[in-house]
Amino acid sequence: MIGKTRVVPAALLAVAAAAACSKKQPPAPPPAPVQAPNQDSINAARAREDSIARAEQARRDSIARAQAEADRLRAAHDAAVNTLTQVIHFDFDSDALTDEAKAALDAKIPILNANPGVQIRIAGNTDERGSDEYNQALGQRRAAAAKRYLTQHGIADNRIEIISYGEERPVAQGHDESAWSQNRRDEFEITAGADDIKGVQ
Amino acid sequence: MPRSALVVCALALLTLAARPAPAQDTTTQRGVRIGLTYQPGTKPGVVVLPVTGPDGDSVRAILQRDLDYGDRIEVITGDAITSTASTQTGGGGSAINYGVWKSLGAAALVEAAVGPLGVHVVIHDVTAKRAVRTGDFSLSGAPQSPEWRMAVHGISDEIERWITGVRGIARTRILYVRGNRVYVIDSDGYGERAVSDAGTVLAPAWSPDGRYIAYSRLERRGWDIIVHDLVTGSSRTLAATPGGLNTTPAFSPDGKSIAYAHGDENGTDIYIASLAGNGRAQRVTVGRGTDNISPSFSPDGGRVAFTSGRSGHPEVYTADVDGSNVELLTPFNFGDQYYRSNPDWSPDGRLIAFQSLLNGQFQVMTISLRDRTVKQLTSEGVNEDPSWAPDARHLVFTSSRTGVKQLFVLDTESGRARQLTHAAGARLGAWSHWLDHVQ
Repeated sequence: MIGKTRVVPAALLAVAAAAACSKKQPPAPPPAPVQAPNQDSINAARAREDSIARAEQARRDSIARAQAEADRLRAAHDAAVNTLTQVIHFDFDSDALTDEAKAALDAKIPILNANPGVQIRIAGNTDERGSDEYNQALGQRRAAAAKRYLTQHGIADNRIEIISYGEERPVAQGHDESAWSQNRRDEFEITAGADDIKGVQ
Repeated sequence: MPRSALVVCALALLTLAARPAPAQDTTTQRGVRIGLTYQPGTKPGVVVLPVTGPDGDSVRAILQRDLDYGDRIEVITGDAITSTASTQTGGGGSAINYGVWKSLGAAALVEAAVGPLGVHVVIHDVTAKRAVRTGDFSLSGAPQSPEWRMAVHGISDEIERWITGVRGIARTRILYVRGNRVYVIDSDGYGERAVSDAGTVLAPAWSPDGRYIAYSRLERRGWDIIVHDLVTGSSRTLAATPGGLNTTPAFSPDGKSIAYAHGDENGTDIYIASLAGNGRAQRVTVGRGTDNISPSFSPDGGRVAFTSGRSGHPEVYTADVDGSNVELLTPFNFGDQYYRSNPDWSPDGRLIAFQSLLNGQFQVMTISLRDRTVKQLTSEGVNEDPSWAPDARHLVFTSSRTGVKQLFVLDTESGRARQLTHAAGARLGAWSHWLDHVQ
């Protein structure tokens, strides 16, 4: 296959060179009987050239389309993973789901429905205020609140694990409301089926 | 029962200490609010004479520090003591000049000698001008080893009992969390060592005999309660608690069971499991989806104090161990915010120590079980996680007053505080019982 494509241009050049040389001769000899076949062969060569170019183009287009489709799927996958692992936040000493948290959970539901093989783990976290020990229980309650919301919206109970990290795993290290509000959160980890996640339109 | 005798002694002493007197406080650290005034003059002055024999200087230093940390004795030291002592001891056994010691403020003298069989101790009553008590104590281990120091602490505690009628608390240790391990440290701040593997660990607790510790450790699927044998070094997971959140273990006073908090998707509740048993646990609280955590047994083992969020915010409650007779212990708004937690029942049964949010920061308080009188014990920095010493008078707690979390020891009678740990990040202190059978 590769050998053939290399040979074809060389043959075309030879034919074209022969045709050019014959045109430059001043004394016009009697019409050469080879002229018509020459034209035919040029046309044929051009046609072949065009057809090869079209095939090449089609091949490139096909690759580009496949690439675009792959990119689209990859982007959809990434978007789905991002949505699924989107953190939700809580008010101080509260496990109540805010409207923002509910919206973030609502966005996860179609992805979980479209990917029945996916399992997740919800980890509840607290800020550094409050009792270290009581915060273990508060983190547990925050994880349970998100799980309850998802199961109430049709996600199977056995697809969701929960755990509490209490105040032991802060994402923000400061000692002010800005840090505290970032740390009062549920994190979502995909524990099974992460590679095959399909996005939803 | 020895405990009731001890309670009577403690009550008698507290009655004496509560007499009104001019307030004079020179040793209380800044930031500690004083419930009762600290009066050096009301404590018996005691001189620990130079200790003869091998490592006598070390023995003397430990005795002096222990008696001082007990807060019931005024340990008299200084140049006058040193020069007077040099004329009266030195191997010759010259007669003790009680008059001179009385003029220096001593009510009692401690005379000790280290010999091949241990330490021989004589207590002299300076006013009566005679020896009133003698005793012999064995030492074990190499000088300065953990067991050797514990043996000397045991001598201090007996001396304190002989002089004041109340046993000292030197032969004890404190568990706590620092970084990713559980640590233990002697009551005088010596001998810190790790007693857990590395991991995310919380809520350490002692068995009454001091042989076992229990704590909560983060695993892949949740928190387990680990029971660790300090003698054999072996650990096991409390079988009653598979999966979910299992934390804040507390040994019952008879050492046979553990109360702990178990959390799942329906809130966190307190259970009691037998240590020898088949893994079944008896439920104590019915929190209906709320958080119930941090149990602490009453000294008779009949009730538990715990933190509960059942009213919408954390408060301290008490209940019988079968879950009946639930009582809200802290129904008052002490500060500007509702948050009270981490109760610890005093060994004499009279008080419960806890932490309360006040102006946005936790402070350590006590509440009387008899009349619900509340005392605020701290005010500088964030102060939390109180745990009683076996004398029901001293508390260890976590304080941020130095800028990082450290453990401090507070004498609740005088308000005197001392820093126990010096490596940064110590928290969740738990004070042992007397470690009579532990080296």
